[in-house]
Amino acid sequence: MSAWETVIGLEIHAQLATQSKIFSGSATRYGAPPNAQANLVDLGYPGVLPVLNAAAVRMAVKLGLALQARIATHSVFARKNYFYPDLPKGYQISQYELPIVAQGALEIVLEDGTTKRIGVTRAHLEEDAGKSLHEGLPGVTGIDLNRAGTPLVEIVSEPELRSAKEAVAYMKKMHTLVRYLEICDGNMQEGSFRCDANVSVRPQGAQRFGTRAEIKNLNSFRFVERAINHEVARQIELLESGGQVVQETRLYDPDRGETRPMRSKEEANDYRYFPDPDLLPVVLSEEFIEEVRRTLPELPDEKARRLQHDYQLSAYDAGVLSASRELAAYYEEVVRAVPREPKLAANWVMGELAAALNKENLEITSGRLPAERLGGLLTRIADGTISGKIAKEVFESMWASGASADSVIAEKGLRQITDSAAIEKVIDEVMAKNPAQLGEYRAGKDKLFGFFIGQVMKATGGKANPAQLNELLRRKLGG
Amino acid sequence: MSELHQLSLVELAAGLRARRFSSVELVRACLERIDRHQGTLNAFISVTREQALREAQAADRALAAGSAGPLAGLPLAHKDLFCTAGVRTTCGSRMLDNFVAPYDATVVARLRAAGAIMLGKTNMDEFAMGSSNETSYYGPVRNPWDPALVPGGSSGGSAAAVAARLVPAATATDTGGSIRQPAALCGITGLKPTYGRVSRYGMVAFASSLDQGGVLSASVADAALLLREMAGFDPHDSTSVDTPVPDYPAELEQPLHGLKIGLLREFFDAGLERENEQCVREALRVYGELGAELSEVSLPHLPLSVPVYYVVAPAECSSNLARYDGVRFGHRCENPRDLQDLYRRSRGEGFGAEVKRRIMTGTYVLSAGYYDAYYLKAQRVRALINEDFIRAFERVDVLIGPTTPTPAFAIGAKTADPITMYLNDIYTIGANLAGLPAVSVPCGFVRGLPVGLQVVGRHFSEARVLATAHAYQRATDWHRRIPRGYA
Repeated sequence: MSAWETVIGLEIHAQLATQSKIFSGSATRYGAPPNAQANLVDLGYPGVLPVLNAAAVRMAVKLGLALQARIATHSVFARKNYFYPDLPKGYQISQYELPIVAQGALEIVLEDGTTKRIGVTRAHLEEDAGKSLHEGLPGVTGIDLNRAGTPLVEIVSEPELRSAKEAVAYMKKMHTLVRYLEICDGNMQEGSFRCDANVSVRPQGAQRFGTRAEIKNLNSFRFVERAINHEVARQIELLESGGQVVQETRLYDPDRGETRPMRSKEEANDYRYFPDPDLLPVVLSEEFIEEVRRTLPELPDEKARRLQHDYQLSAYDAGVLSASRELAAYYEEVVRAVPREPKLAANWVMGELAAALNKENLEITSGRLPAERLGGLLTRIADGTISGKIAKEVFESMWASGASADSVIAEKGLRQITDSAAIEKVIDEVMAKNPAQLGEYRAGKDKLFGFFIGQVMKATGGKANPAQLNELLRRKLGG
Repeated sequence: MSELHQLSLVELAAGLRARRFSSVELVRACLERIDRHQGTLNAFISVTREQALREAQAADRALAAGSAGPLAGLPLAHKDLFCTAGVRTTCGSRMLDNFVAPYDATVVARLRAAGAIMLGKTNMDEFAMGSSNETSYYGPVRNPWDPALVPGGSSGGSAAAVAARLVPAATATDTGGSIRQPAALCGITGLKPTYGRVSRYGMVAFASSLDQGGVLSASVADAALLLREMAGFDPHDSTSVDTPVPDYPAELEQPLHGLKIGLLREFFDAGLERENEQCVREALRVYGELGAELSEVSLPHLPLSVPVYYVVAPAECSSNLARYDGVRFGHRCENPRDLQDLYRRSRGEGFGAEVKRRIMTGTYVLSAGYYDAYYLKAQRVRALINEDFIRAFERVDVLIGPTTPTPAFAIGAKTADPITMYLNDIYTIGANLAGLPAVSVPCGFVRGLPVGLQVVGRHFSEARVLATAHAYQRATDWHRRIPRGYA
């Protein structure tokens, strides 16, 4: 065990899935040509004023309620002042002293299966900045302000994460939550969901926190894990060799797998926060908060508990199947076809289906194989029409052709042979063809039983009912 | 019949409707006067001659067709910080010398929709920071009463243009007195409405929690006519207030009998010049004769209003003016070496000394370690000042006092010492800090220079404030005096 304890706090930035920006009417769609979605307000033109988008407030409240946090009935937008070309007004409108959400928590499952409650210090609304463009622009920097003014909720955790794995589990859980709530599309490649990690180490048992470094802009779970692990190793090495950690902002370079300090311009930045005089305080009534509460969907933890209870699933299976609302809905639709076989349904959804989707890089929402089709297949396993083994073959045909299970079974003649006479006939033929093996078996070589099973299955194209075959073969071989 | 420039806005509106003269004739008359006096006064930064004549022709057609709006055919000038689509908006600054807004400010759009015609954009202190119109990149404006004197500021161009009757009225803005102080120094009427009464959308921001658009005019009745069209909720301005707009002109003739007027003890302080005070006292006597009840009230925190203002306003301006970075609009330095150089030189070259002084002050009071001692404390005192006013208005209906401590001063007299300059707004700043409506009207002359009387009312009591000031103008004729050479 290491002599050092890792301490991590995450600041997650989730872009809210509003139609328009947080303070202007511009669209927020991703991928538009540069500056096509930047109006005068986004450009910070002289004389323009921000007007708060009520949809963003509603989404932040939804998140707060899902985190069982305190929703502020009075929150205030503040200006964070700094100069940067992608920040048109020279300040970012954010919330500082009075955020809209405070004191929540999120439960994560640790590797050993136990759960841990991670405190959420606060979540506040703010506007995103634009982007600087360098690619294809030699010698100059382009500015794209399409993203400027996109609503963000910044979710700040307590420094209660103790490893990179915990940090990833927390981030994944938050990712699941925001998509459940339909307040963020969760697209990490497009930057819709990203985080900054505050990382420090301290001797095991120490009370005081070590000096932290902040790793900026991590936009994949893998990068979060690698960046933190690298940073922890760097800090421990530094401390063990007698050095000191400097409080600074660092960037993770995924190509080199290391963190390094950002340019010194970031040092000692004084943001001069003060309440934005252009915006009134956000005042929410208890009735509004309750109204939003009524719109909350079944949340991931509740759903997992319900799946586990209703379908007798393991905690693990329930956890996997509740990773998204869509996956859980798919699963439950499959179960409706085979209500007595929820475990079978879970195995197929998490196994064959997940693998097939994964291979083609598709989401459950792709509609590639509708739930009722998979349900149709499982129905034929459940009623004994086909064996589990044959079912995999049927599944492959269904996947390739889009046909129903029944038509594949009929077309390929894969219906299981349950006629004892027919099976016996095949057994007889196999025995006749393999007198030597028969002799050895009867002389006591029990292992050859499997050989005969294989031969019969081969002769029937795998269609013989396994249980029947087993019984008949044992009787026949016994002579 | 009087010459057109001698008529008030109300009289001009009636004349246009009666077809006694056309809008084209009126606009031509104004343009001729601007041509004649611009060289002396420097009241305009832009004159929109062709556009104004085109609009006048359209207004005449509308008047003939009977489809004209309430301000149809009336020419106005806009302070050059109201954005006007297609016409440059400089804010009196080199920074925006090349800036043409692609949109109209709400005030501009509403006045246009009511039929008013824009004659041009008036000179002003740079970014509305100043009390003398000497900080303008386009040179000082001169006072029509004496070209050696300042017209006041920051709306000095609008005030001089109206005082010299180049235009019947003009828009202006008031952050710490920028409408009322030049109104007083130029002998005209200046109205600063309640904060939130008139939309700030399209008004280039100086200090967002204090800025308020209003009017400079020859009379209170003219101001009432314009306010009715300018006021009202604007979905583009979250700080504009959604409360009904009274028919201000219809509410002007309220009797003063029984009106409770408070004399602000703190306004009659050592800084108030004796002759100024005499004019104000004489005006109060007139109010007494009109049946008002006078009593003295005290606002104990009011003397702190100047220091509070010079923390809050610079703090907000330091942030509001950060957008002028040479990247998207406005002045950009030649051949920047890198980003820092672009920022430093664009801003260094684009802003004048007073603007820089306030940006630096504001940056300082918001910085870590000083925020509590300055900004936060100033906000606390601001709340106390507001409470003082609210308490006073439990006892009286309006507060009356001087607008400024002295009449107009000489160009250059106060530029060396910013503090003396700032103290010129000592009586006007309180209404901004508390967001109250206030009007300044002429109430006499000292050494041949006009003196202003200020009436301050409760939030959204413009009708009351205007009626109070209007009653005084019915009883006196100070507001009819026109400077020699412009009559």
